Amino acid sequence: MAALTPISRTPVSFYVPVVAAAGAVAGLFVGTAQGASLLGVVLGAVLLAAAAFVMTQIIKVESPSRWGLVVILAIVGFFLGGIPAMIIGGAFGWFFGWFSFWLYEGRYRARVAPYLTPGQVLWHFTFRVICGAILVFLITPILVVMPLSFNAEDFFTFTPEMLRFDPEGYSLKHYRDFLTNSDWQNALKNSVQIAPMATLLSVSFGTLAAIGLSQPHVPFRRAIMAILISPMIVPLIISAAGMYFFYSRIGLQGTYIGVVLAHAALGIPFVIITVTATLVGFDNSLTRAAANMGAGPVTTFFRVQMPLILPGVISGGLFAFITSFDEVVVVLFVGSAGQKTLPWQMFTGLREQISPTILAVATILVVVSIALLTVVEVLRRRSERLRGMSPA
Amino acid sequence: MKMTKALLATTALTVAAGMASADGHMASEMTIVSWGGAYSNSQQKAYHDPYMEKTGVKVINDESSAEAVAKLRAMNEAGNVTWDVVDVVAADAIRLCDEGLAMEIDPDEHLAAAPDGTSAADDFGDLLVSDCFIPQIVYSTTFGYRTDMVGATAPTSVCAVFDTEAYPGKRSLEKRPINNMEWALICDGVAKDDVYDVLETAEGQQRALDKLGTIKDDVIWWSAGADTPQLLADGEVVMGSTYNGRLFSVIEEQKQPVAMLWDAQVFDLDGWIIPAGLSDERKARALDYIMFATDTQRLADQAKYISYGPARASSAPLVGQHADLGIDMAPHMPTDPNNAKNTFLYNYEFWADYRDDIDAKFQAWLAQ
Repeated sequence: MAALTPISRTPVSFYVPVVAAAGAVAGLFVGTAQGASLLGVVLGAVLLAAAAFVMTQIIKVESPSRWGLVVILAIVGFFLGGIPAMIIGGAFGWFFGWFSFWLYEGRYRARVAPYLTPGQVLWHFTFRVICGAILVFLITPILVVMPLSFNAEDFFTFTPEMLRFDPEGYSLKHYRDFLTNSDWQNALKNSVQIAPMATLLSVSFGTLAAIGLSQPHVPFRRAIMAILISPMIVPLIISAAGMYFFYSRIGLQGTYIGVVLAHAALGIPFVIITVTATLVGFDNSLTRAAANMGAGPVTTFFRVQMPLILPGVISGGLFAFITSFDEVVVVLFVGSAGQKTLPWQMFTGLREQISPTILAVATILVVVSIALLTVVEVLRRRSERLRGMSPA
Repeated sequence: MKMTKALLATTALTVAAGMASADGHMASEMTIVSWGGAYSNSQQKAYHDPYMEKTGVKVINDESSAEAVAKLRAMNEAGNVTWDVVDVVAADAIRLCDEGLAMEIDPDEHLAAAPDGTSAADDFGDLLVSDCFIPQIVYSTTFGYRTDMVGATAPTSVCAVFDTEAYPGKRSLEKRPINNMEWALICDGVAKDDVYDVLETAEGQQRALDKLGTIKDDVIWWSAGADTPQLLADGEVVMGSTYNGRLFSVIEEQKQPVAMLWDAQVFDLDGWIIPAGLSDERKARALDYIMFATDTQRLADQAKYISYGPARASSAPLVGQHADLGIDMAPHMPTDPNNAKNTFLYNYEFWADYRDDIDAKFQAWLAQ
């Protein structure tokens, strides 16, 4: 992107304090890790302000001075905490080298509109930093789990060997455990058998209910809708306890079919909501036109209505699948040990034996979910392209 | 419409697969409930695997012992007991027996005699604390500490837990009054024999809570047996209580810098019950399993995998070496004379009478 605004170098009194403030934040993290927060803040601010000044006013050549800072901070990191700290130090060096020159050369101004006041420019970048921080906050717990799943020990702990990047500290034994342990394999098998069936029932009943409830002549539509949606609103533990006693009486408790039905009941609201939303844009004159040409209601449904509301059906189905696949409360009540699903196994594993096998399973599930969502997205784009809905 | 056809085909396949997997169970399965973790593993290897091999019955593990009482009550109310054999601590067994949720088992009729002909009742002796309960192991709740975090003088007394000056850092205690109240009184100067007399009175209970209050800010409360091992391995706590078998696993199998503080360890029993109201066929199978799993050799076998003492007197001489590590297990048993120099016996009657009252006080104190 071309520069929007002509840029000019900024005065020392502007960029050195800003770098110092950023250095103080970085120093707070490093200092806290070393057990001296206040010292870290002061040292971080002073050292990085000095570095910014030296690079821009004394050395003046951008590339060598930035590389110099990377190397210096990497060495400092190495002496503070070995190889991992060296990498972090190098990353800090890269960032602060870039940050100093970004401010000094006034590059931060280049891509924002020329008429913005300094306050608006500040907000422009603050906003992006906040967004980034939220993203980090959301994704860190998932990222932390992944390296821990390669732990060579049986605890949720980063061992000193792992932090030194010593191959001894890593192992695939928790993945091996997942693939060979009969408890985990049973749980996987149960999950894979229960979730698709529950999804299927949710999608069939949910779609039919949504279509029925979108007909204006159905009496008590709002009341019926509220009842069908209620499994989503009633606290799960209440539904689960109710289902337990009801299913026990009619002999469904502890059976495969019982768990499938319970999960289907939980999935139906998602399907109803997504399908109802797509039906809002559905033109009912199409069904009348189909009828006019001699198609029966069933043909009309599969040939005309279904293809048009399919996106809603599929996303509802995905939600229903995830609900069943992730569900632990209801299956604990309605299932018996023979229907132990993956979340159940993870739950008892966490409570009784804090084993990193859980983390290995979590990592596998995360990777599978990412793959599934990618496939769905690719298919969606492909079908849009084929239908000519998107210029790309 | 290709898409629709594909969807229909998938549907048909899923239904078929689902139906196929739905039947074919139940015939020769039994659900055995236990605690999970290393403990369930030891039972799997010592009892379940040989039993499955011998009889062809498939054992399904359910790790629900922690809430066995509540779940059995619910099952009983719903008229649908799905468990065949349940592993519970003695106190829970006594409660279940009193409520009629566990069936009474005559040891001489349903359990194997010792190899030398001693009757089962004599072989288990005093450990048969309830008519419904077949003891399996003697375990103890005791403390482990980080050897690298206690300084030059390693703790030798349980009162180190209350001494935050000599041993600064967090400690982990179980989130219930049992054991903690007793340890607090002992460290507040009450003689071991008088502990339950003091604890009967409201002042005594307050005294114990006050003593616990001196370290309340330094305590991490645990509710699962795996918590303290994880906290110790992390170095989050300097010492913590848990079951001795969990500490054995941390020290000998995981090679963590942790040592046992056997002082004032509290003995307790763990064993089997059979839920009341099983069909005749399931009852017969459950009894057959119990007869198999509690004979002299089987109980001694379990000690190969975990450091809990077998409940039969006749099993003790058969305790050998750890199955994988090849170390002698006898010195790691809570009942070993070196470890049992100062022990404390869990008082079942006292806690049966006072549990609800003291639980309420303890929880209120925790919330303060």
